Amino acid sequence: MLDQSQGYVTDDGRKIGGVVMEMKNITLRFGGVEAIKDISFDIREGEIRAIIGPNGAGKSSMLNVISGFYHPQEGEVWYRGRKRPPMKPYQVARQGIARTFQNIALFEGMSVLDNVMTGRLTHMDSNIFRQAIWKGRAEREEVENREKAERIIDFLEIQNIRKTPVSRLPYGLKKRVELARALVSEPSLLLLDEPMAGMNVEEKEDMCRFILDVNDEFGTTIALIEHDMGVVMDLSDRVVVMDYGKKIGDGTPHEVRNNPEVIDAYLGVSHD
Amino acid sequence: MLYREAGDFKTSYVADSQTFPIAFDRWRYYAVLAVAFLVVPFLVNDYWVNAILVPFLIYSIAAIGLNILTGYCGQVSLGTGGFMAVGAYACYKLMTAFPDVNIVIHIILAGGITAAVGTLFGLPSLRIKGFYLAVATLAAQFFLVWLFNKVSWFYNYSASGQINAPERSVFGVAVTGPNVEPWAMYMICLVFCFACAVIARNLTRGTLGRTWMAIRDMDIAAEIIGVNPLKAKLTAFAISSFFVGISGALFFAVYLGAVEVGEAFGIQKSFIVLFMIIIGGLGSIFGSFAGAALLVVLPVFLKLLGVDLLGWPTDIVAHIQLVIVGLLIILFLILEPHGLAQLWRVAKEKLRLWPFPH
Repeated sequence: MLDQSQGYVTDDGRKIGGVVMEMKNITLRFGGVEAIKDISFDIREGEIRAIIGPNGAGKSSMLNVISGFYHPQEGEVWYRGRKRPPMKPYQVARQGIARTFQNIALFEGMSVLDNVMTGRLTHMDSNIFRQAIWKGRAEREEVENREKAERIIDFLEIQNIRKTPVSRLPYGLKKRVELARALVSEPSLLLLDEPMAGMNVEEKEDMCRFILDVNDEFGTTIALIEHDMGVVMDLSDRVVVMDYGKKIGDGTPHEVRNNPEVIDAYLGVSHD
Repeated sequence: MLYREAGDFKTSYVADSQTFPIAFDRWRYYAVLAVAFLVVPFLVNDYWVNAILVPFLIYSIAAIGLNILTGYCGQVSLGTGGFMAVGAYACYKLMTAFPDVNIVIHIILAGGITAAVGTLFGLPSLRIKGFYLAVATLAAQFFLVWLFNKVSWFYNYSASGQINAPERSVFGVAVTGPNVEPWAMYMICLVFCFACAVIARNLTRGTLGRTWMAIRDMDIAAEIIGVNPLKAKLTAFAISSFFVGISGALFFAVYLGAVEVGEAFGIQKSFIVLFMIIIGGLGSIFGSFAGAALLVVLPVFLKLLGVDLLGWPTDIVAHIQLVIVGLLIILFLILEPHGLAQLWRVAKEKLRLWPFPH
C-alpha cells in the first residue's frame, strides 16, 4: 500500500507528489441504474493516471463527476486536501481542472486561435467598459494571454492552422486543438476522455508524445480514459480498472495486467 | 492584384488582432469614414436623409444589437420592436422630465434603461432555448407594446396616446423637433452608429465576444472551460438591448418625431431587423450594415423602378417587395446561411489570388 502523504518514484525516475484529488466511496445513480458503485481512488501530483474498463463501465461518468456535470448521490470528492461542495462545471474549471471530450466539443464557428484563447477565459477579468474601449488594460490583457496561447500553439505544433476555422480541420487536428484549449488554461489537473479514439497509429503516437511532453514540461497531473491497452500500459503510472460501475483493480500497469479479475473482465471467463 | 496581404507583415499581437489586419481594408475604411463624416453632410437633401440615410443608420444600430444576441450568442429574439419601444419611451420620459439635460445623454440613458429591461426578459434564456426562447421574447414584444399603450403615464397622459419629441439641440443645432435640418439629423445618427459599431466590434473580438460565441457553438464545452452561462447570456441580452434601445430612441426622437407605439414598434419591426441580420450575415458587424442597407434601399429602389418608371400601381409594388424579401430570406437560409457578409468574405479571398488563382 502506498503512503498517503508521501509520493513515490516511477520506474523512469519521475517523482510523484502527494494526493491532488481523492474520490471517496462515490456512488452515482440514474434512476434505478447504478452507473458507479462505491468507488474510491486518488490522483497524485504529477502522475498520469488512467481509468480503463469495457464499454459502459462508468469511466466517462466518473470523469463527469470530477468535472461537475454529475453530482454523485453518495461519497465525497476531495480536491487539494479539501472536501469539495457540489459545484457547477464552470466553477470546477476555475479551480484549475480542465478536460477534453470523447466526441470533440470545439467551438466550430471560431478559428483555432479563438478556440485556444477561450481556454484563457479564467485568466481574463477586464470589465465590459474596458473591453468596449479596447485600450489600456483590455488590450494589454489580450496581448498577454495571446502570448500564453501562442506558446501552447507552438508546443502542440499547430501554428500553421491558427487562423483556420475549426470546422475545416480533420479529426486528428481537432483533437489536438481541443487539447490545446484545455492546456492553455494552465490546469493543475487535466482530464482526457479518450484522447486517442478514432485515430490511426501515427496520430496516436503523436498524441502520446504530446501527453508525455505536457506531463514532463508543465508537470501537469493527467487523468485519462483510454481503450487502447498498449497506450495505457505505456503511458500511465497507475491504472484504475472499472467494470459495471465497480472498481476491480488499481495499481501500476504491471500489477493490473496480472490481476485475475481484470483479465476476466477483458477476456471473459468461462463459467463452468 | 490590388488587394493582397503579401508583404504586409505583423510584428506584434496588437497589429495582428486589429479590426482590419489588411492594409488595403484599413485605408478603405478610413476613406469611407472620411466621406461619411466630411463629404456627405454637405451634399444631402431632405429626401436622401429621410428615405435612405437616417433609416439605414438607425436600422444598422438595431441590427448590430440583434446580431450580438442572435448572431454572436445564438439566442433568437423576436422582441426587438418591443425593446426599441422601451428606448423610445425612456428617451421621451427623460426628455420631458429633464429638459435641460443634453439629448445625447438622454439617448445613452435610454439605451441603459433598455439594457436593464432586456436583461430582465433574458432571464428565461437560461432554461429555454431555440424556438421556445423566440416565443418567450415574442411575449416581451407584445407585453411591452401593450404596456406603452395602456399606461398613460408613459405618454404623459396626452389625449392622442402619441409621444412627440420636443425640440432639443446639440452645440446649438437642433437635432429633434420640427425645425431640424437634414444634415443635423444625419450627423447625430452617424455619430451614434459609428460609436455603436466600434464598441460592438471591440466587444466581439475580445474576451466577451469569445464567451458569447462559445455559448453559441457549444454551451457544454463553454461551461467546462469556465464560462458562466447565465452571465454570458445576460450580458449578451444587456449589450444587445442597449444598442436596440439607442436605435429606438433615435428612431423616435430624431427620425419620426411623433410615435404611436403599436404602429412604429410592432411585431413587424422585430421581423425586419431579424431579416436584416439573416440576409446580412449572422455573427458579423459588417453583415448588420449590409442587411440594413439592403432592406432600406430595396423598397425605395422598387418604388422608383415600379411606380415612377414603369407606372405600376403602388399596392402591386408593395406586394412585389414582400415577395422579393421573402424570397431573399429563403435563398439566403438555404444557400448562404452566413449572408452577405460571407459572400463578401469569399469574394475577398478570390480577389486576393486574382488573377493568378494557382
